[in-house]
Amino acid sequence: MELQSVLPVLGGLISIVGALFLLLAAVGIIRMPDVYNRMQTGTKATTLGSILFLLGIGIAEPSWLGKIVLLILFIVFTNPISSHVLARAAHFRGIPLAEGSVRDCLADDEAGEQGVCE
Amino acid sequence: MSIVIIGTFGAIMIAAAIFAIYSQNILSAIISAGVISLLASIIYILLAAPDVAMTEAAIGSGLTTVVFLLALRRIQVNQAEKEDGSAEEVIDD
Amino acid sequence: MANLLFSVALSIALLAVVISFFRLLIGPSAADRTVALDGMTIISISVITAAAFFLGRVIYIDVALVYALISFLGVIAIARFIERGL
Repeated sequence: MELQSVLPVLGGLISIVGALFLLLAAVGIIRMPDVYNRMQTGTKATTLGSILFLLGIGIAEPSWLGKIVLLILFIVFTNPISSHVLARAAHFRGIPLAEGSVRDCLADDEAGEQGVCE
Repeated sequence: MSIVIIGTFGAIMIAAAIFAIYSQNILSAIISAGVISLLASIIYILLAAPDVAMTEAAIGSGLTTVVFLLALRRIQVNQAEKEDGSAEEVIDD
Repeated sequence: MANLLFSVALSIALLAVVISFFRLLIGPSAADRTVALDGMTIISISVITAAAFFLGRVIYIDVALVYALISFLGVIAIARFIERGL
């Protein structure tokens, strides 16, 4: 009886934490200097935020937990793939790095250099 | 709560439509049209029509975007053959 | 209490969608716009699931699954087009 009233509140708090991560991801998409940094904040932070948000709803409604875990697994598998493909497309398109970037390991590999990337 | 979501996404849809019309870059217009379809499917969910929402997401965002991209690629190849030059850059602003 | 907490979370997620959309409007290249589209769709999946919680119907989570799959395919298609023209 006690658990029935505690679980939705716990799920709501976890969802708010996830939503704050989503907000941080959106602010990063606006504020970051070049396309690679935007891609990094736009996929890693949204992955963590989505996991927490969906898990909070799954805790609040425990009978939905199967489908929500399936959705989380789908996001975890597909989000890095889209990030990788976008970064690869931007690199081969020739979009430059931002001012102050230190190292481009993929360009070093194409040039045949063996550097600190190994 | 749902009226807030419908209002927000409706405003974003109008802005995306205006951007798709006035953008000089064709690829940006295609991406913006995809945004319109994705947000329309959320509004269909809130109007209690999940089957329409699934169809809108599949057709409007997936198939229409891919068909537009194929047509854009075909237009670029034809222009490159006709003008005997390199393909016109429509990717970057 | 729980409804209030989920309302706050949903409002923050809506604000995140609006902020991401500005990058789609101002982004200098098409890759930036695609990144913004990717972020918007992933945040929108959370919005759909929260709407399913408020409306109390589990069928809407299936729509979120289809939405995730289709948006992933769309982003892959646009990225392939940017890289070498589909």
